[in-house]
Amino acid sequence: MTLATATPLVEMRNINIAFGGIHAVRDVSVDLYPGELIGLVGHNGAGKSTLMRALSGAHAADSGEILINGQPAPIRNPRDAKGYNIETIYQTLALADNVDAPANVFLGREMTTRLGTLDDGAMESETRKVMGRLNPNFTNFTSPVKSLSGGQRQAIAIARAVYFNARILIMDEPTAALGPAETAQVHNLVRQLKSEGIGIFLVSHDIHDVFDLSDRICVMYHGRVVDIVKPSEITSDEVLGMIILGKRPGEATAEELAQFTATPG
Amino acid sequence: MTDLAVAAPKQAPGGTSLRRTLAATEIDMRLFGMVLALAVIWIGFGIVTGGKILASVSMVTLAVQTTVVAIMATGMVLVIVSRNIDLSVGSIVGVIAMLYALLMTDWLPNVLGIQLTNPLSWILALTIGIILGAAMGAFQGFIIAYIGVPSFIVTLGGLLAWRGLVWGMSNGAAVSGLNSTFQQIGGGVAGSIGGNLTWVLALIGCIAVVALLMYNRRQRRRFGFQVRPVWAEVMLAVVGCLAVVGAAVVANTNFWPKSLADSYATQNGITPPTGGLQIPSGFPLPILILIGVTAVMSFLANRRKFGRYVYAYGGNPEAAELAGINTRWTIMKIYVLMGVLCAIAASVAAARLNGATLDVGESNELYVIAAAVVGGTSFAGGIGTITGAVLGAFVMQSLAYGLAFVGVNSPTQNIVAGVVLVVAVGFDTFNRRRGGGS
Repeated sequence: MTLATATPLVEMRNINIAFGGIHAVRDVSVDLYPGELIGLVGHNGAGKSTLMRALSGAHAADSGEILINGQPAPIRNPRDAKGYNIETIYQTLALADNVDAPANVFLGREMTTRLGTLDDGAMESETRKVMGRLNPNFTNFTSPVKSLSGGQRQAIAIARAVYFNARILIMDEPTAALGPAETAQVHNLVRQLKSEGIGIFLVSHDIHDVFDLSDRICVMYHGRVVDIVKPSEITSDEVLGMIILGKRPGEATAEELAQFTATPG
Repeated sequence: MTDLAVAAPKQAPGGTSLRRTLAATEIDMRLFGMVLALAVIWIGFGIVTGGKILASVSMVTLAVQTTVVAIMATGMVLVIVSRNIDLSVGSIVGVIAMLYALLMTDWLPNVLGIQLTNPLSWILALTIGIILGAAMGAFQGFIIAYIGVPSFIVTLGGLLAWRGLVWGMSNGAAVSGLNSTFQQIGGGVAGSIGGNLTWVLALIGCIAVVALLMYNRRQRRRFGFQVRPVWAEVMLAVVGCLAVVGAAVVANTNFWPKSLADSYATQNGITPPTGGLQIPSGFPLPILILIGVTAVMSFLANRRKFGRYVYAYGGNPEAAELAGINTRWTIMKIYVLMGVLCAIAASVAAARLNGATLDVGESNELYVIAAAVVGGTSFAGGIGTITGAVLGAFVMQSLAYGLAFVGVNSPTQNIVAGVVLVVAVGFDTFNRRRGGGS
């Protein structure tokens, strides 16, 4: 569906990130096209979230290069990333629990009146509009978000990412805290955002989600990319094999495969 | 508590009628509780002293005594909300009070030839003092925010080092005899604005209360949000105006001391009526400074991005950072602000003393922190209000003043203050846990 000749929205080239002696991301290169969704899968500690933190500015890469629309884009902090219209929904949601929903949606990008004061009315009004689209059941706009349910808090984190015209969206386990109905809602939203030409990185443990939504799947193992595959050309068992063994289907020995197929049985 | 009840308290009236009334006015329950506590303290001591403590002269004295701590407490709220602490405020007050005294009595006359009676004397002293306060705050704030040394350590160092500097500045001597205009910052008869101006200010205050309520109502109307019922707005306006007028009445029934009034009468050729001439003192300047500081700090905390960032950082530092907020700069600004407030507090303290001793501001940091905490500021971060801290300062000072008034000695006063601090915070924690509903 994407044109091979088009300029990628994001190119991450030879990214390396180490924490002390632990090499969390090794020489990873991945690209993302407009309207494309790349599912990032792998073990805990495979480096998916760390790689994404480099793109969202939460943690600068030690080496490597990031290009946005073909132009070098040095991203050193979250402000830089937002400057490139990169929005992130963090696994932890990253909400300030003690303030209300509008304050969280607009955190760091508050609307102000002509006098430079906070325009709380306008922010609440805008939040009501975007929530009406995302989660019509959301009605509490004035209490600290601490008192809201997991699904409502998730909705705020999503609203914050989509309100500001994201071009690139990073979703780190966006449905981990949600029930089936809310998960379906998020999936619909993801499809809608893709159709608007937004490129999405989806970090998830749920292979079914990833197969449903991804245009390509990037499998990571111990900080490396094992392979980037199309879901139409591979089975979910083969992807699982790559996640567990860290080898492409052809590379694994018969012994390893036998062990793998025996374990889940 | 369910979401439904929070979202629509007006359609679903429940509980006692008092609770319903309070819900409709959207008054902060914690602040209401503080006002209630203050009323209980005053009425209690009023009964014990046969009403003497409630006389205008003692209420004004109490208020003036509270200002130094209350001014700093407004800044301490933001420090604690951002999960930091400032133990150095008392010592900074000491340094700057000594600076004011030395500037006016020694450095300005001897170096620049600006004599004590020259108006430039107090203007320059105040300006230099406030700049130095900001610089001291910036210095500590930089080490905390950009180098990452814990605020407890940095300001503990400040507590010791700045106090040592006070001694060094004056070689251990006390300095007295300040510019007479500067002295007015401390209040007293000369430092009060008189009866007529007090009524004018009270009128302006009432207009401000009504205007603020109307502005808020219009802002919410603009987006079609629910507004308070009209009777609740009217009640708030009436209560607000009564408080302003009440303060003016207290200030204006605080008359000049008899000796001063008599000499004024002789000078102006007035025959004093029996019982002497009654000249209203009006609002003392330190109280007006405190009101101004409280208004400005509340504005910064609630209506500016800066305040929003402070609270968000206190609620979740990582979230604030990931939202793209320049958190280091925000923290540093809090300490600059705290330094400026220390300089303002130091001007009141020095003016009241008409000079500076080595121990001006000593252990103020403890009273300032206590005021903020009694006023509802949480050490977990993210929670606390400016008005609460000012009320907290009044609660603590009222207790101390009342106990001193009835002749309780100072060690016993400290015991009471300590117990009240822990009980107040314990009560608050209990309430929060019960009502938190997370």
